[in-house]
Amino acid sequence: MYIIVALYNCNDSRFGDISLPDSNTPQEDMNAVINRLITEHQHRPGALLPLLHAIQDSIGYVPEAAYPQISKALALSVAEVHGVVTFYHHFRTHKPGRNVMQICRAESCQAMGSEVLEAHAKKCMNIDYHQTTEDNAITLEAVYCLGNCALSPSVMMNDEIYGRVSPSDLDALIAEARA
Amino acid sequence: MTTKIYIPRDSSALSVGAEKVATAVAAEAKKRGLDVEIIRNGSRGLYWLETMVEVSTPDGRVAYGPVKVKDVPSLFDADFVNAKPHALHLGLTEEIDWIKKQQRLTFARVGVTDPVSLDDYIAHDGYNGLKNALKLTGAEIVKTVTDSGLRGRGGAAFPTGIKWNTVLGCESEQKYVVCNADEGDSGTYSDRMIMEGDPFVLIEGMTIAGVAVGATQGYIYLRSEYPHALVTLNQAIEAANKAGYLGDNVLGSGKAFHLEVRRAAGAYVCGEETSLLESLEGKRGLVRFKPPLPAIEGLFGKPTVVNNVISLASVPIILDKGAQFYADYGMGRSRGTLPIQLAGNLKHNGLVELAFGATLRELLYDFGGGSATGKPIRAVQVGGPLGAFLPESQFDTPLDYEEFTKIWAVLGHGGIVAFDDTVDMSKMARYAFEFCAVESCGKCTPCRIGSTRGVEVIDKIRSGKDHAKNIQLVRDLSDTMLNGSLCALGGMTPYPVLSALNHFPQDFGLPAETQAG
Repeated sequence: MYIIVALYNCNDSRFGDISLPDSNTPQEDMNAVINRLITEHQHRPGALLPLLHAIQDSIGYVPEAAYPQISKALALSVAEVHGVVTFYHHFRTHKPGRNVMQICRAESCQAMGSEVLEAHAKKCMNIDYHQTTEDNAITLEAVYCLGNCALSPSVMMNDEIYGRVSPSDLDALIAEARA
Repeated sequence: MTTKIYIPRDSSALSVGAEKVATAVAAEAKKRGLDVEIIRNGSRGLYWLETMVEVSTPDGRVAYGPVKVKDVPSLFDADFVNAKPHALHLGLTEEIDWIKKQQRLTFARVGVTDPVSLDDYIAHDGYNGLKNALKLTGAEIVKTVTDSGLRGRGGAAFPTGIKWNTVLGCESEQKYVVCNADEGDSGTYSDRMIMEGDPFVLIEGMTIAGVAVGATQGYIYLRSEYPHALVTLNQAIEAANKAGYLGDNVLGSGKAFHLEVRRAAGAYVCGEETSLLESLEGKRGLVRFKPPLPAIEGLFGKPTVVNNVISLASVPIILDKGAQFYADYGMGRSRGTLPIQLAGNLKHNGLVELAFGATLRELLYDFGGGSATGKPIRAVQVGGPLGAFLPESQFDTPLDYEEFTKIWAVLGHGGIVAFDDTVDMSKMARYAFEFCAVESCGKCTPCRIGSTRGVEVIDKIRSGKDHAKNIQLVRDLSDTMLNGSLCALGGMTPYPVLSALNHFPQDFGLPAETQAG
């Protein structure tokens, strides 16, 4: 099962000022980036999703520490922002590895051997879904259809889709990501 | 003279190396001092032949495929630039049987034109529909769409014109047109092909919808898994804005229509229209109760047309050639054409646009060429993860909404996924529940809890625990989900589950002859 139940403590100090020990971006920079993106998007109708996309596109994830800023700007509660971020599979609250690999688990890919591919990927990288390799090179995620069903099985590495992927193709993708 | 060479920018073509092929062709042409222009078109939809490279000749375009980077030097050696023979030579593209047998109306330009060239779009009958629409009243446009018999191609098959008429009849200072481009069904990719291969046809269809019902703002809710479609759509919208086909004064008509692409965020349930509207409003994609209908209280509480990509992309040709032209295709109450997507374990996967009425068998064998693995096709799933599994005995069913309803199946968005005889149908039933559990919005109990309990019950059946009792339990659970869920996600998960159980009982440890319904 891949449902993540996000437990969340409102007294957590992370919901005060931004401090992100797991980030490479200096604190001031990240604050500035998020504030700039808030200014850019806050007046759009239904601004939250475009804003979350912009934040994740810029820094790779949506830091939980940014919830108070976002909620204040959009007149939402922190719980509402948290609810939206965790509802959607696309958004993540932790920095991923340098590359994100998504393996399609949907029916068309299953019909063409994606289960073998999944098992191969997990074994080679020694991780499960939603985990990152020890060298921080690859975060592995499941995806349900990439619209590449004519050329199953499919894998997405960052924004690039690969079709008819064999285990050895996967090895090459992994090696390239680690290089 | 400059020779035009076409190499697709479609993401499936890219997934098997089209970008590298394009780079290699450009480099080789330069090295040999040849005068060529490379155009990045959409895909013709013959995916087993991607990367398909075409060269223009006075007689029409000549195709080569599947081309890999290593083939590029030999193609130049064979003088493919002048359409000379080569092992990968496929002849005139339009004469390829697979294309010739189709009736491409919605997909007329996909693979033919440069997707982001407005001039190319107009040169291929683009914007004729909008020009006609601007001469009509809103009610006349809606009547044309109603008379064409067009029904929602997203899956629900609701008559498009009737939906538009409701929005037209609502008094409101603001109305919206929303395009559902959250194509999440496995085995479907026709929306993606349109958005990457002919985005202007969608833009034109949405503009016509806006003009018809009096909406001035449109949104395309695009799934986040389609990064290439996002780029293509935004390029096309920018070009349409610049040329006055979008904006405050569409083609000088005094009517405004603005269009924006909004990215979804990976929730399958947001393909359900009310959940989609919640998401566009910046909320969690929880399904809404109906009524009120979105046509009356939709986006931000305003009257809203919500249509699938293919529905909207079929509108321009209806307004261009007339309602009757479109209605002349099809059978029964399924009028026009359906872009069918062949997927999974087939030799020749791709896009087949045909009038309603072709049988599954024709699609699987005449077009699909049988299974890719060479083994017998045991089951096909039509209509995405919520569609029924059909056994070989049902392959003669014609593709028609009502004919599929009769056999307790759905056409959905027109995706067909084939499985060979290695498939374990109890595993597929388990997956259907599992998928529902992953994607449930959580608002209604039958879907939220039923899906998880379903996985557990199937696991028990598979391990033989209290077998007869659990078979009955999965039927009872399916009945609850079918009748008690708020939307199609929970309400249709029983389709794949029960069709697998009924048609393939031996995979659930039952005797093959047991065909209990």
